[in-house]
Amino acid sequence: MSAVVSPIREPLVQGSKTYHQITEDLISPTEKTPSAAWTIGFILSVTTLLGGIFCITWTIWHGIGTWNLNRTVGWGWDITNFVWWIGIGHAGTLISAILLLFRQKWRTGVNRAAEAMTIFAVICAALFPGIHVGRAWVVFYFFPYPNTRGPLWPNFNSPLLWDLFAISTYFTVSLLFWYTGLVPDFATVRDRAKGLRRKIYNFLSFGWTGSAKHWQRWESLSLVLAGLATPLVLSVHTIVSFDFATSVIPGWHTTIFPPYFVAGAIFSGFAMVQTLMLVTRKILKLEEYITIGHIESMNKVILATGTIVGVAYLTELFVAWYSGYVYEQAAFFNRALGPYWWAYFGMMFCNVMSPQIFWKKSFRRSVWITFLMSIFINIGMWFERFVIIATTLARDYLPSSWSYYTPTWVEIGIYLGTFGLFFTLYLIFTRVAPVVAVAEVKSILKSAGDQYTGPNAVHHHEHDHGSENVEVHNH
Amino acid sequence: MSYKNQDIVYGLYDDEEILLKAVQVAKDKHLEIMDVFSPFPVHGLDPILGLSESRLHIAGFVYGMLGTLTAFLGMTWIFTKDWPIIFGGKPYWSVPSFIPITFELTVLFASIGMVVSFYIVCGLGPGVVNPTIDNRITDDKFCIAFNKKDVNAQEAESFLRETGASEVNSKIL
Repeated sequence: MSAVVSPIREPLVQGSKTYHQITEDLISPTEKTPSAAWTIGFILSVTTLLGGIFCITWTIWHGIGTWNLNRTVGWGWDITNFVWWIGIGHAGTLISAILLLFRQKWRTGVNRAAEAMTIFAVICAALFPGIHVGRAWVVFYFFPYPNTRGPLWPNFNSPLLWDLFAISTYFTVSLLFWYTGLVPDFATVRDRAKGLRRKIYNFLSFGWTGSAKHWQRWESLSLVLAGLATPLVLSVHTIVSFDFATSVIPGWHTTIFPPYFVAGAIFSGFAMVQTLMLVTRKILKLEEYITIGHIESMNKVILATGTIVGVAYLTELFVAWYSGYVYEQAAFFNRALGPYWWAYFGMMFCNVMSPQIFWKKSFRRSVWITFLMSIFINIGMWFERFVIIATTLARDYLPSSWSYYTPTWVEIGIYLGTFGLFFTLYLIFTRVAPVVAVAEVKSILKSAGDQYTGPNAVHHHEHDHGSENVEVHNH
Repeated sequence: MSYKNQDIVYGLYDDEEILLKAVQVAKDKHLEIMDVFSPFPVHGLDPILGLSESRLHIAGFVYGMLGTLTAFLGMTWIFTKDWPIIFGGKPYWSVPSFIPITFELTVLFASIGMVVSFYIVCGLGPGVVNPTIDNRITDDKFCIAFNKKDVNAQEAESFLRETGASEVNSKIL
């Protein structure tokens, strides 16, 4: 299969890999005993998770009164954390679906881990609406099923119910998409294993054989799922933004919310992918598969979406002023200069100003700067949700009801607990499944491996001089 | 495809380009290939192998439409016939607010339906054990397999050797 590859494209797979070497590099982390770093990380995660479970139990046992929610501030850290985690869960499907449709080959290095991250982040997010309703044991009332209470149906006109449908669908589709991609790679793990391990991985790989017809259907399925997941991923945060935008609260009631939330979600999702991938590639020694080029591509997405978010913040301010509507103006005045000015400033600094350093190429290609920026953005995007939710509610129409909201130890504990849950699941994933899509990396090797393209390519045929493209041939 | 109790002769190739040429030769010689196995999808293989395009996407469309109808007609029935309630002075049948859920269920039905169909038509699923021809097929080998019922075993073997297979073997699956 000769492919025409532009010589200026950076190789995506470095180290002159053969197919077998790819298998070896990507599968072997699941076959070794865990490293000390993994074990320490796992113990820390599980401990934090247990703390979170304690705080959730405390909440359910004593009730929502253990949180500092009050009159006017009915949504505090719970919904802030919910929107934050859901936002983080947007990068995986964006990478695997939208970049698949755009034929961006660099996605193959990061899609598997990013999708896993999506699924785990959605689990963390879904926890919050589940417990903040108070009576968590009847949370299934959310779903429209024929019941003995009438049957009484949920309100299909409510954005909160749309949200339930959006998130359930998003979770299911992401899981199916991710698992279908994993099946051939589980078969690779199976075929290297013996005994019980082989049986387990045969179960996980669904008896995959690698038949030509199966691959054809698999590719067809992946493409259609990508086509379905693309509008889906955009719809999810759009609908999350409807939770706010369809209300009549000044500061929430804005038509800019859907695109602004979607851009923010992709922004924070990529930041979390960077945080995780920079650590993962180092610990699992995957620098030749998740290259500086991959990091730079993701930083470009961060720069673009971060700038969209910045424009959205400024548009909101402009519209508040231009609308001539005093309540909207007061809401934004309070947001920026009121008691929560520090959150607004943190948001502006982390999300709008700091990503602008990525206009400079050497910053985009620096591992340390990228890591630092990814942490900044994670914090900044949490502040964004806190600013929108809690600070808006703290000062509503009636000044006598104005309040100041701070979380209790229970709310903080639950938030930390979701980190424990997230990292516990992620660390298990790195042990059980190859964190880079093995079959997909093999399929791009001949068009993106560094022995075939880029400055160190080895050409096995007579050069056709004067041509802009270098034709890459088999060896 | 799942093959059990078949007497096969197969060759392993080291590279997908050698495999593609070999499949073309087999086609020219009218040798009936049972199946080709590879560690990743080999592009350009399907037309030479004579595989017709997958119809999964058609099934996906049907499942999607089923989701659309389920959601839209379901909400319509609930809010106009089963238990009409006025929300915010809006009509019972408030179509615009049905759009988000209708969209989500379209995607949900299409995705679940397609994935389930995929595993059923491929004969794959939890607990399925398919015979393994060679462990390296999911690693770095590309395999052409002939069924001894369809071809002359010696002819197939010499074809595999001539077209550059690095290993040629027989096996009963």
